Amino acid sequence: TFIDVGSNFATYAIQEDNLLAQLVQNGRRVVFMGDDTWEGLFPKKFFRSYFFPSFNVKDLHTVDDGILQHLYPTVDSGEWDVLIAHFLGVDHCGHKHGPDHPEMAKKLTQMNEMLRSLVDHLGNDTLLLVAGDHGMTETGDHGGDSEKEVNAALFVYSRTPLFGSGPPEEPETIPQVNLVPTVALLLGVPIPYSNIGEVMAELFSGDGDAVSAALQQLSVYHINAKQVDRFLHSYSLVAQDLPAEQLQRLQELFSGAVEEHTQLLAQVQGATLVPLELESRLGSLISHFQRYLREARAVCTQSWARFHSLRMVGGCVLIAASCLLCYVASELAASSDSFYRSCLLYPLLWGLMGAILLGLAHVFTQEGLDLLLGGRLTVPESPKQQLLGFSSYRREIWYLLCLVAMLLLCVRLSGFFHQCREEIPQCRPSLFLSPLASLRSTRAKNLFYLLCVALLVGLVYAVRSWLRHYGNLNSSDPLVLFVRWGFPLVALCITCYWAVASSADDSLGKLQELVQVAVVAFPWAVYGLTSMGLLLLLCNPMTVFAKDTRESAGSIVTPYLGVPGSEVDFLHVIPQIYKRMQESQKSRLERGSSRATVAAYGLGSVYSAALVIALTLLGFLLMLLHSERLSFAFLLLFLEAFVLLHIHSCARGLAGDAEPFSVPWYAVISWLLAASQFFYSTGHQPIFPAIHWNAAFVGFHLDHSTNLLPAVLVGANTFASHILFAVGCPLLLLWPFVCEMPNSQRKKPKKESREELQEVQEHMMEMRLRESPEKFSTALLQLGLKYLFVLGTQLLACVCAAMILRRHLMVWKVFAPKFLFESLGFVVSSICLLLGISLVMRVDCAVSAWFSQLRLR
Amino acid sequence: NLLCASCAALTAVLPGFFLKGFSVLGSHLTWLCVCSVCVGSLNVILHLVLKPNQSPKRSSFSHKISRFLKCCIYFFMSCILFHAIIVLYGAPLIESVTETFLFAVLLSTFTTLQCLCMLGPNIQAWIRVFSKNGAMSIWESSLQITSICSILGAWFGAFPIPLDWDRPWQVWPISCSLGATFGYVAGLIIAPLWIHWNRKQVTYKSR
Repeated sequence: TFIDVGSNFATYAIQEDNLLAQLVQNGRRVVFMGDDTWEGLFPKKFFRSYFFPSFNVKDLHTVDDGILQHLYPTVDSGEWDVLIAHFLGVDHCGHKHGPDHPEMAKKLTQMNEMLRSLVDHLGNDTLLLVAGDHGMTETGDHGGDSEKEVNAALFVYSRTPLFGSGPPEEPETIPQVNLVPTVALLLGVPIPYSNIGEVMAELFSGDGDAVSAALQQLSVYHINAKQVDRFLHSYSLVAQDLPAEQLQRLQELFSGAVEEHTQLLAQVQGATLVPLELESRLGSLISHFQRYLREARAVCTQSWARFHSLRMVGGCVLIAASCLLCYVASELAASSDSFYRSCLLYPLLWGLMGAILLGLAHVFTQEGLDLLLGGRLTVPESPKQQLLGFSSYRREIWYLLCLVAMLLLCVRLSGFFHQCREEIPQCRPSLFLSPLASLRSTRAKNLFYLLCVALLVGLVYAVRSWLRHYGNLNSSDPLVLFVRWGFPLVALCITCYWAVASSADDSLGKLQELVQVAVVAFPWAVYGLTSMGLLLLLCNPMTVFAKDTRESAGSIVTPYLGVPGSEVDFLHVIPQIYKRMQESQKSRLERGSSRATVAAYGLGSVYSAALVIALTLLGFLLMLLHSERLSFAFLLLFLEAFVLLHIHSCARGLAGDAEPFSVPWYAVISWLLAASQFFYSTGHQPIFPAIHWNAAFVGFHLDHSTNLLPAVLVGANTFASHILFAVGCPLLLLWPFVCEMPNSQRKKPKKESREELQEVQEHMMEMRLRESPEKFSTALLQLGLKYLFVLGTQLLACVCAAMILRRHLMVWKVFAPKFLFESLGFVVSSICLLLGISLVMRVDCAVSAWFSQLRLR
Repeated sequence: NLLCASCAALTAVLPGFFLKGFSVLGSHLTWLCVCSVCVGSLNVILHLVLKPNQSPKRSSFSHKISRFLKCCIYFFMSCILFHAIIVLYGAPLIESVTETFLFAVLLSTFTTLQCLCMLGPNIQAWIRVFSKNGAMSIWESSLQITSICSILGAWFGAFPIPLDWDRPWQVWPISCSLGATFGYVAGLIIAPLWIHWNRKQVTYKSR
């Protein structure tokens, strides 16, 4: 079930069959001392354990000294069957100083001393295995595939003689996997299920003559081969990645050997063989088994441990090509005025998106490789870069400076919400991440709760007043009604849910059942209301209130000039009015003496009003999925987006109307940087243990029947900022138009004649966009492409990092998860971008319909 | 070019300061103090000696005093402002306040003090110099270049801090202040070159 997925990702415990599990299962006492990583890998497996902190590479002695302190007493006490001592000093010394450093000599001497005295403590029936898990390069690092890194020494010692003859002059090389079956069989426990190693026959020779030794080895090989065959058989039933004909060959080899084995055993029992012949046949049979085991291992290594470098490069090239195409297309769209060319580009764009995803899926499923990019460290820094872009616009505009300061403040404050990676031991996760229910003190809980509620109310109020300021709250359409009454209702539901969820479990007593219902009901109410709101938004995205006025030809005062009150009132209290001069002129032509004037409230910001409503609804939804106190982070998110938009439009205003329909690169890049910044600032990290699994249970009391819904919820939680910023992307294009209005109006003195005013205001705010529909759609397309390009570049960097560092020690901890998160974020962002753009297009359609309707009147 | 000479002198003198503060890494705070004091005093002396912009009207003594006080207040304010900006850019708020503040002092010596010397406490002139194409004379353009270079240097100096190399110079604010110093020196070197390069343009503009 879903919660299992969570717990699996959250710990690194080894779940599959392993040697330690077998030993414990068979009642062996396993004692461990050393590196505390083992605690996570094998929780509660050890009979006795002495763990020492291992993460600090600079610390050469803590682990080793700790082991040395406990090693000899434990060995002498005899209360163990298997004793594992994991010394870490040599490895750390290699990382810190390299192999040829005096420190290393000291460390190695220490180890030598340790072995020398340990040997004296051993009993006659004890086997001492000393093995390194890897070698090191000249610089003391490892993780690559060079000879020096993958080769390490193995030292086997026992007080009773192991080898019948003298040890071989040239020691042979033994794969590391061979240790497992050898130790397992020596201790008399079953070989772990998925082992593909081969026993070390020399250790099984015993002290009898050659024939009995060979017989013993044969039985060991037989057990080993049977286990490998069972594993390969059941594996090939589940997965298809082992080539069938090779499996077939292995199967034949195995059955041949087994057959021969049974025959031979029967003959041995019948004693029909002369010892010499027996010996030779035993030898050939053993080599038969050996061949089987080695080939099996070779087949497995070939299909498992490889990187498809060609496919990786292919994926990278594909992504790079699509990025390039995005870029070229966006430049092209800028230069072309013809709408049909951009029509052509649309399918191209989405086809290319598909190609990117395909390439991704390819790269990812084949090797699941990944990335770093310095993750959390570069992100806090990057928003600063964007500021450089503004420095050239910095005239004496204090306003702009204030905005920049606000932005900086937002960036700085958002740092308080960071989650921690385990690689940074001194990092403490932000206390805002834990749900309110976990808070002990009631006062703090109440305080935070009240703050959160105040924040929600503030958000609702801010959105409503913004809409009112631009006159989008006047009509009686269902959507507007929803904004008026539905928003507070949603906020109310969320606060109720928070209240119920954060209250202490036991305090409510009899109300328990009621609470359980409420915990499910409130989120559902929010889901329902928000989806209703979004549906309404789709059906009727117009937030325009039209007032139809007919006047006689002689009338001098137009409706909006007739509005009483000062200019200040006009600006701030009374909604913005947009007048359609064309309409009136047209009707004048048609109707002669009588003319109709239509005053439309809020037409100037139809597009952005729809987007803002959608964003707020989404914001509510996502806030519900996060823990209560992260709503501060969401407030910061909205604030920062707002400030960014303002800075953008300010800079626009200063730069002059060079290219009103195109969004400059710095705006797109800063928008995207903000998106990834808030990925971290809403308490996420690109690692699996940091995923907020709780989100899957918001509004669901028990387990889920399918995995789809919780996956969507957790995904929405994880990529909240990607979703919000991608949907809000078209605002970058619209905002300057919305903002320019107050300026242009302020400049117009009241006394100007009516005709002039109408002339000037004819195409103000976003209606200017309607002036040239094809330019508008190219601009939208161009914006989308630019956004995609920047996203794609980010992704490409991740992929390249992952590919180059595929042999890195931390690849599965850092690079692979980052790549995964990044590509998922890319997919989510692209989809949301598409949704945002299509919402704008939908509004555009509605506006055209409205105009044509008006014209008919 | 007179400026070239003074710049060369400045850059030649600066390494001396490095030696003065026993070791840059070990006793960083003292180094910060010494460096900012030296650069500051050198700036003031240079200003007094050279008097690059002779004001046409002779000002009275009391006027000079008020001017001087104003300069001091401006300098202090700029230190506070830099401090706030540095904190906004991610410096720790509560811990190591002295380090942050001294770094702010260093930065303002590199930037504000120069401006004060050249332009006096005249905000309008500052804005003019630092806006696009605002520098009218070689002095002003060199001012522009060195200030921007030192701030950029400080910013680039912050890059290695998050890396996990565990070198002694990665500790806050050593790399930043070193970056600022290098930026300042680079600015001093770049300024005469740049002016030499664009001599025509500058002389045209100053007319």
